[in-house]
Amino acid sequence: MNQNSLWRWLLLAAVVLVGVLYALPNLFGEDPAIQISADSGEVLDDGFVSRVEAILSRADIEPVSVDIVDGQLLARMPGDTAQLTAAETLREVLGRDYVVALSLAPRTPAWLVGLGAEPMSLGLDLRGGVHFLLEVDAQSVRETAMERYMQEIPAFLRARDLRYTSRKIEDGQLVIALRDAATLDKAQAALSGEYRELSIGEASNQSDTLTVTLTEEEEQRILDFAVKQNLTTLRGRVNQLGVAEPVVQRQGASRILVQLPGVQDTTRIKDLIGATATLEYRAVALEGDPERAARTGIAPAGTQLFYERGTDRPYLLKRDIIATGNELVDAAATVDQESGSPAVSVTLDGRAAKRMFEFTEKNVGNPMAVLYKETIITTTYDENGEPQFEREKVEEIISVATIRGVFGKRFQTTGLTSKEAHDLALLLRAGALAAPIAIVEERTIGPSLGQDNVEQGRNATILGFALVVLFMAIYYKAFGMIANAALLLNVVLIVAVLSMLQATLTLPGIAGMLLTVGMAVDANVLIFQRIREELKAGAKPQEAIAGGYDKAFSTIADANITTLIAAVVLFIFGTGPVKGFAVTLSIGIVSSMFTAIFGTRVLVNALFGGRRLSKLPI
Amino acid sequence: MKFFSQTPNFDFMAQRKIALSISVILIIASLFSLATRQLNFGIDFTGGVIVEVGYPEAADLDTIRGQLSDNGFNDAIVQYFGARNDVMIRLAPREEDSSADLSGEVLTALRADGAQPDLRRVEFVGPQVGEELTVDGSLATIIALLLIFAYVWFRFHWKFSAGAVAALAHDVVITLGFFSFLHLEFDLTVLAAVLAVIGYSLNDTIVVFDRCRENFRRAAAGDAKATINRSVNENLSRTLVTSLTTLLALIALRLIGGEVMAGFSTALIVGVVVGTYSSVYVASPVSIALGVSRDDVMPPTDDGDRPSDGAVV
Repeated sequence: MNQNSLWRWLLLAAVVLVGVLYALPNLFGEDPAIQISADSGEVLDDGFVSRVEAILSRADIEPVSVDIVDGQLLARMPGDTAQLTAAETLREVLGRDYVVALSLAPRTPAWLVGLGAEPMSLGLDLRGGVHFLLEVDAQSVRETAMERYMQEIPAFLRARDLRYTSRKIEDGQLVIALRDAATLDKAQAALSGEYRELSIGEASNQSDTLTVTLTEEEEQRILDFAVKQNLTTLRGRVNQLGVAEPVVQRQGASRILVQLPGVQDTTRIKDLIGATATLEYRAVALEGDPERAARTGIAPAGTQLFYERGTDRPYLLKRDIIATGNELVDAAATVDQESGSPAVSVTLDGRAAKRMFEFTEKNVGNPMAVLYKETIITTTYDENGEPQFEREKVEEIISVATIRGVFGKRFQTTGLTSKEAHDLALLLRAGALAAPIAIVEERTIGPSLGQDNVEQGRNATILGFALVVLFMAIYYKAFGMIANAALLLNVVLIVAVLSMLQATLTLPGIAGMLLTVGMAVDANVLIFQRIREELKAGAKPQEAIAGGYDKAFSTIADANITTLIAAVVLFIFGTGPVKGFAVTLSIGIVSSMFTAIFGTRVLVNALFGGRRLSKLPI
Repeated sequence: MKFFSQTPNFDFMAQRKIALSISVILIIASLFSLATRQLNFGIDFTGGVIVEVGYPEAADLDTIRGQLSDNGFNDAIVQYFGARNDVMIRLAPREEDSSADLSGEVLTALRADGAQPDLRRVEFVGPQVGEELTVDGSLATIIALLLIFAYVWFRFHWKFSAGAVAALAHDVVITLGFFSFLHLEFDLTVLAAVLAVIGYSLNDTIVVFDRCRENFRRAAAGDAKATINRSVNENLSRTLVTSLTTLLALIALRLIGGEVMAGFSTALIVGVVVGTYSSVYVASPVSIALGVSRDDVMPPTDDGDRPSDGAVV
């Protein structure tokens, strides 16, 4: 009785092996490192590695290793000082085409990395850093859209000789009073045909009056556009900051989460978030020699000299602006329907469309350029390793294209590769008027607090674990030690699963793990009490073991499933730290079922099974 | 080691009237405190700004208050946070949009006299985020209770469900009352702890119910009160052991886990104590009061000898 079959041993051994392997990377610590990525997003190659190695050896820095990881360069440094000096030097030499970031590279041995085992990353509360939650102002997005129609629709009506007597925006609706009922009908028909994104109805309280509102889909679409546009812009700027492992992601319908590990200076970061990029459509000057202007630095009257992004080719642009980013309604990468080649389709608002029409009418065959203007912030580190931010104005040409025909509101830029089309659409969107964003949540954790949190969390876990282990050993003797082994395996499994999921460890996560330690022994307590009861009822030791495990099972299952329900609800409704707590708790419940029931049974069978026993050490 | 050498035989159910009065008094006191003193909601819920600064040596709170009010922060709440050189400043949310910059202004004010406090933590939560959290938090608690009610109904009987949910509500109200009475800060981690209390207390209750069901099924007939009493007694060692191990872990967290998790561990310590009590004195008596009996827990797959079954096939 109570013998282990081979498959039990194999299963337990497999789980222990996998658990230990995947939990292991968390023990190796991290190297100070430097991460370099190309600003253009291009993949770096081995040639770049030798270039960086050369730069470092000139600066007398001996890196631990220099490799390409996921298209980025990762140089491990022997210490913090070397890391800072190296970053400084590399920034100077490489210039603005590369982003040089300080980072911490896990010291996981290659054979573990080969198995896909990686350590958990520490949350901001444990390593220090800034967390922002930004919200795109949906109200103002809607208002801006309505303002545009306030200009556009009257012009549309005038062009069709449909007379109106007044127009105004009221409660977010555009209200247009028309001359008479006949005009109203015609206007309604014409507008419905042209503006499918609007819902056009008759006002209930006034005669001969139309109300124009955005359809729900259109509201969703423009909000979505505004959020995406802000995401693009923020990503670009955050990358420029040179912070390792930044997070910029959308959260819900109108929010953006920004997390910058290691950054402390929130004022500058707020400036950065608030800064806007814009763009201008301008004519390329046909007379004048841009090469000469580039050499002499003097541009002919009425023109300005700019360089093209990427190629650094000089161009002379006329000072007159045809359209600005504020007037850009939409920009998206598409496929040109005639040629089937990649293209960027652009939509302008009414006023800009009119100017564009007038300009293109006279300039078919001439080139037109898009000028991108942005204030970027570059980071340097002072002698204390504190980041310093500098503002710099950047003005670059991102596209030059020949005007093929006369157009106004909607047009396409063709002759691009698919990647170019994608990038141009992103840049156009980034430069379009950014919808206002407000910081709705900010959490900054100083590095000293992060360090304290790590230590306190670790100490509390060790103490809590030790107390529980001690109590179990005293109360249940040998069986208590078996439960303790299961408890240890449980912690290893939780860490392993969290590492596999690449979860971020936070302080509430540690608390969840500790709570699990306290509660996980419950299953063993239930089993052991049952065994004691069986023994008291006169069962032989072997029967008592089997009976105890059998009878306790359904109780354990019921109790754990109900707790799991609470944990899952916590996960669904929780945000940030609470979610982390719920994840650890859920994993802990499931893995404790395995370790406390199956794991201890294998050990109990191995130690006590199949033998004639007069009593059990329980 | 054993807590009881014999299976204990306390007549818990006979004391249920006394226990009921204690619970009712505690609940009324909690509700009264919640109504009059309210919960001391943290900025997670109210919105506002917290700035935590560390000084090289013990800081004087009055000096700091003076520095702040000189700079227009009259409503600042200034207190020590864990240690005398660690100071937490809390500001109410402001109308202006610029409230995100408040942290910077606070730091400037504190550094005006040349002191160099080290910025340890800044938290700013906009009022709208706080409002959503309050709604989500309440919703989470209610949904958790409903789902649990449904599960226990499915596994046991609705009379047990009612008992379990009554015990949970009891635990939640008293834990909240405790926080309200002592004016401890109620933040997101405390909310998580309250939900974990639900999970814990439930665990305890289910284990007792499971034993009740088993004893009901085993006994040929019998008084529900006696059966439940026996079940509680048989489980008493287990209840005490599990509560103790959980409390050991939580006390470790409370003592050396740092100030950030203090609210969390306090809430769970209170919750575990109250939850252990309620699974004995609230869940089972409520089921008894609802007239739980042997028939309620007989397996539905019985071969038809159940006296309450009307249909004869």
